[in-house]
Amino acid sequence: MALITYRDAVNQALAEELARDPNVFVMGEEVGQYKGAYKVTRGLLEKFGPDRVIDAPISEAGFCGLGVGASMLGLRPVVEFMFWSFCYVAFDQVINNAANIRYMSGGLINIPIVFRGPANGGTNVGATHSHTPENFVANTPGLKVVCPATPHDAKGLMKAAIRDNDPVFVMENTLLYGNEGEVPEDDYVIPLGKAEVKREGTDISLIAHGRCAILCLEAAEALASEHGINAEVVDLRSIRPLDEEAILESVKKTNRAVLVEENKPFCGVAAQICSIIQEKAFDYLDAPIKRVSSIDAPQIYSMPLEKLQIPSVERITEAVLEIA
Amino acid sequence: MSAKPNTETPEEHDVAASLREYAKKGINEGIDNKTRLDYYREMVRIRRFEERSLRAYQQGNIGGFLHLYIGQEAVAVGCVSVMKEDDHIITAYRDHGHGLAVGMSMNECMAELYGKHTGCSKGKGGSMHYFAPDKNYWGGHGIVGGQTPLGAGIAFALKYKKLKGACLCFMGDGATNQGPWYESLNLASLWDLPVVFIIENNGYSMGTALGRHSIGTPLARRAEGYDIDWSTCYGHDVYEVRHNVGAALERAHESSRPTVLEIMTYRYRGHSVADADDTYRTKQDIQDYKNTKDPINLFHDHLIEEGIADADTLKQINAEAKEEAEQSAKFAEQSPFPPESDIQADVYWETDNPDERTSEGTLFFN
Ligand SMILES: Cc1ncc(C[n+]2csc(CCOP(=O)(O)OP(=O)(O)O)c2C)c(N)n1
Ligand SMILES: [Mg+2]
Repeated sequence: MALITYRDAVNQALAEELARDPNVFVMGEEVGQYKGAYKVTRGLLEKFGPDRVIDAPISEAGFCGLGVGASMLGLRPVVEFMFWSFCYVAFDQVINNAANIRYMSGGLINIPIVFRGPANGGTNVGATHSHTPENFVANTPGLKVVCPATPHDAKGLMKAAIRDNDPVFVMENTLLYGNEGEVPEDDYVIPLGKAEVKREGTDISLIAHGRCAILCLEAAEALASEHGINAEVVDLRSIRPLDEEAILESVKKTNRAVLVEENKPFCGVAAQICSIIQEKAFDYLDAPIKRVSSIDAPQIYSMPLEKLQIPSVERITEAVLEIA
Repeated sequence: MSAKPNTETPEEHDVAASLREYAKKGINEGIDNKTRLDYYREMVRIRRFEERSLRAYQQGNIGGFLHLYIGQEAVAVGCVSVMKEDDHIITAYRDHGHGLAVGMSMNECMAELYGKHTGCSKGKGGSMHYFAPDKNYWGGHGIVGGQTPLGAGIAFALKYKKLKGACLCFMGDGATNQGPWYESLNLASLWDLPVVFIIENNGYSMGTALGRHSIGTPLARRAEGYDIDWSTCYGHDVYEVRHNVGAALERAHESSRPTVLEIMTYRYRGHSVADADDTYRTKQDIQDYKNTKDPINLFHDHLIEEGIADADTLKQINAEAKEEAEQSAKFAEQSPFPPESDIQADVYWETDNPDERTSEGTLFFN
């Protein structure tokens, strides 16, 4: 296994799938000549040429819809949003069209498209550029959404997403792009809908996705060394499909749960998980479920305040200490 | 009905001669020397401010994105100088120049970049989201093209209120490919709205050169499909900009009709400070423009040539602007960050005015 960055892991997944399947193509703003706004698509244009690595003008509604249309004929577009925040410009295409066409055609048409890009705050770019729309997407039947936290998961999930026959939304994170991790060189996929227990524990379950899973791991170490609390960290990896079994199994073992996400709280991913736990593991709970999410306001620009607005190791630790 | 596009190639264009000509033409005729000098001062203030902000960014005092306007100063200054009391302005995220041009102070602008409580938006908006409604400046918008329907809406409101004003709605060349702009063009023409869409064509949409992102130039010609008057002009000459915007504003004021005006300009810095700027143009390209068309240098030489100011006076203006920028950085450094409670302030009118709240129920969920 090689130690590579999250950025390169996504890049490898794209390169391998482009090489494996001629129906796969990559499209988005600045993905070719500029190598990607965050250099995720570096080298792909040189390797696969401009027919398969396509620089699009700033026309999200246009090229996202074009991607959906192309997928109707069996192509497998991988459409990049420079930021997931810009998907709102193309909402009709990515929500209405991508999610509903299969259903409305009575299953006659498939939409094997991937939309990918970073979705996170924490970079002082203000309210318009800091959205985390995984809860919006997951609210839409017909769509799938994954939020990988590590290089290993990023590559495996991206490859699974591209091979999937439904629309899959892959949400990355600019703050994770530089993180390194072990990534197998051989071809592997991580099935969508499979959570991973990233740290075994006995006292409390920290359930999270994306960068928050990494924060939970850090919090778990602090809880162990400073408070003698042995936390289990469940990284959902995939939001829809959701690994209910992994969630319930962990909660049944630890009897306590803190749910962590960068979404704003109202109808966040954790709200759904809360409902599942109380419905299916109510008798196992020794304390109310706690949630840590972003403070409920548009994203603030000011650096030190944005740090307070999004979940942090400190806030996770505090929430744990309230119930453990 | 449409003006003839400016099809001269840069090589054929004698910039100094053209400047001399526009200096005496129409709207520019008879402006006093003090005002001419003010145009120079405004351009220089913008440049010195942004140079200082770049330094602050490099020192780690500013984070996120910083899109510099350096090279394009004559556009904002020229356009704003033509605005009258009931005229309004809105732009995208490359917004510092427009902000200073409408009279925002360097202090509030710099403090905003630093994320300080004393910033124009209390540290909530940042570089891309300046606002100063008291100066008819409606932002500062981060989503490409997102401000274009707003510009039409401001024009709609002016007409609705029967005011003789117009909205100058700025956008980049890259933004011309966003659907909402076309919907706005149709609405503006259909409903006779006094809006001027000003395309600041700096040749690039981030790292994509014009020819790789758009078909059919000039971009302003797209207005023809909507029966909207359009024209193009150079953006290195503050007088030429004034001349063209003046005509568009007059059309808006007198006949409540929209205009699309494409202004050819150039940015010297990367798309944002984070852009390595090494994949789509050469250093020489930038140098060539600077050498021949720098709006500030050109105007500097012109003012001296015309005997409007001497070199020392202009040097003095530069020094003052530099000092003002330096002071604004000090002000920003010494200003406090917003208090934590501020995160949830300014979200709803009702929670900021609790005594007048009429709705019931929970508004915030943590
Ligand atoms: C909807 C949307 N898509 C993409 C972006 C990212 N982005 C910001 S500026 C920009 C280029 C815009 O170029 P142009 O309109 O020419 O303006 P300029 O930067 O040259 O002033 C891009 C792609 C964005 N902010 N919003
Ligand atoms: Mg541009």
